[in-house]
Amino acid sequence: MSGLMRELAAGRRRLLMDRSSPGRVGATLPPPDVPEQELPPDSELREDLDFPEVTESELVRYLAQLSQFNFSIDHNFYPLGSCTMKYNPKLNDEVASLPGLAQIHPLQPDDQVQGALRLMYELQGYLTEITGLAGTSLAPMAGADAELAGMLMIRAYHHERGEAWRRNVLIPDSAHGTNPASAAMSGFDVVELPSDAHGDTDLEALRASVGDDLAGLMITLPSTLGLFDSNILEVVRTVHEAGGLVYGDGANLNALLGRVKFGDLGFDVVHSNLHKTFTQPHGGGGPGAGPVIAGPTLVDYLPEPVVVRRASSDESAAYSKGRPVKSIGRMGAFHGNFGALVRAYSYISTLGREGIIQVSEDAVINANYILSELRDCFDLPYDRSCMHEVVFSARSMNRDHHVSALDVSKRLIDYGIHPPTMYFPLIVEQALMIEPTETESKETLDSFVAVMKEIAREAREEPHLLHEAPHDTPNTRVDEARAARRPELRWRRREAAEQDQGGEG
Amino acid sequence: MNPADLRYSSEHEWARLLDDGSVEIGITEFAAESLGDVVYVELPPVGGGLTQFEKMGEIESVKAVSDLFTPVSGRVLEVNERASDSPEVVNEDPYGAGWLIRASLDDASGLDRLMTADQYQEFLDSQAA
Repeated sequence: MSGLMRELAAGRRRLLMDRSSPGRVGATLPPPDVPEQELPPDSELREDLDFPEVTESELVRYLAQLSQFNFSIDHNFYPLGSCTMKYNPKLNDEVASLPGLAQIHPLQPDDQVQGALRLMYELQGYLTEITGLAGTSLAPMAGADAELAGMLMIRAYHHERGEAWRRNVLIPDSAHGTNPASAAMSGFDVVELPSDAHGDTDLEALRASVGDDLAGLMITLPSTLGLFDSNILEVVRTVHEAGGLVYGDGANLNALLGRVKFGDLGFDVVHSNLHKTFTQPHGGGGPGAGPVIAGPTLVDYLPEPVVVRRASSDESAAYSKGRPVKSIGRMGAFHGNFGALVRAYSYISTLGREGIIQVSEDAVINANYILSELRDCFDLPYDRSCMHEVVFSARSMNRDHHVSALDVSKRLIDYGIHPPTMYFPLIVEQALMIEPTETESKETLDSFVAVMKEIAREAREEPHLLHEAPHDTPNTRVDEARAARRPELRWRRREAAEQDQGGEG
Repeated sequence: MNPADLRYSSEHEWARLLDDGSVEIGITEFAAESLGDVVYVELPPVGGGLTQFEKMGEIESVKAVSDLFTPVSGRVLEVNERASDSPEVVNEDPYGAGWLIRASLDDASGLDRLMTADQYQEFLDSQAA
């Protein structure tokens, strides 16, 4: 790159404040038609308050350039494991922006919003059927909010039975961090459960951990290793025999849709991340939704509101907001994230029963295709068929060529592909967690496989390409450690910032 | 290499017996390397009690947050402010300037429940196999 081109590229990375020029304005104001007023005394005025001084066109170009630095599922393949970055059909957005759905207010009387309530009622029904449980509340705002709701329900259940001493919640060592956090916030003590050599729940450890103090188990199925726990029936039985209840983290429901029902496995309460399984822009792109779905034991404890239908009443007042008899109360002010609920409803209605089954089938086939194509390039810590995602390890690569999972991920950016999830689950060293989702074609998967094979070759022969990656982005390798150790959280004049950073090399 | 004069725990902490009978505690080179760049260390308060092998704090790297476990029982006498202020020192010099806390020792025999440098190396090799 020539000096001039480098300079121009650096110019495009400048923040708005750095593009400021004293006296420049973006709008022309009319002359004042009121008398001028005295300013307060200098001592009450700040002089250090900076505003960007730019023209309108400079501002628009700045924002347009920023938007081009963005990456989303609409740009390219996004195999970010555990996040289910499937393509979000535009039809869902169109439906969600219909005025009858987008411009209603949560405080409107029920008889004015029967259509919206009916949509919620039917979505509750879809989710209840898909999970094979007894009832659904759409109230929680996201997965972790639903976990909290579910654990509070389990707590309320034990307390009502006079068994408040049940304080222990078992959580596998592969779980998302939100699980122990939700259990702790609900007042439980967390007991970590190890995985066995196959990645399943260690049954011996489970049996040793259950006792009179057991409140329940939180388990993700398939697990965060992308594996279907072959011990799951025995796990549920063991917990129930000890008087505990089973919470199912439905983060990976995409792998089970239409094929396995949590209710059939004996789960007592689960949640579904609608923004993942049932498509929404997510990952910095929009609000989530995390309905909580309960079996017969816990259905009366669901958070309110739950939309109910009165069969005998006239159609204009058939649907209303109800409160389950032992409800734990509200998780938020209103009905949950309604726009997200509309998108999920639109998605499920579009696919129908057959389509829903094909989702999980294609998601699992795509992940296993990647597993079989890349197993010679990367370590496979659990060598068995996976579900909707596959967890590789860059352990040998790191040992032999000093190339880490981070380096592989950064290099993928140069090839225009979003990196996979890395260093998670924590029990896999140098983890690379790849979730292709069902919406990718074989051509896209083949192209990704070719890129990963090329990166594996580079790791052996030209490792510096990986260590320095990414090369073709507005910012190249960022110093993550320094960003965490000495975060610069607000813009400051260059001289001030440099002065403070001086002497730190 | 792991210094021969230290004792090691299976949670990858080390303890060094000082002349005054107190112990210095830190994380091993293996732990520092596995964690990656350490960005934050949360240490127990001075005067706080420690129970061998139980949690005493947290250590955060660019990859993950992990619990710190104490290799001995005792009481915290001093915390290494440098490790809190400039956590990179834990990566740079885990057995020296990157120590974490100094503690009194409830019972010297607690050290006998820890591994020698050779035993710790064997432990690491068995984990890698």
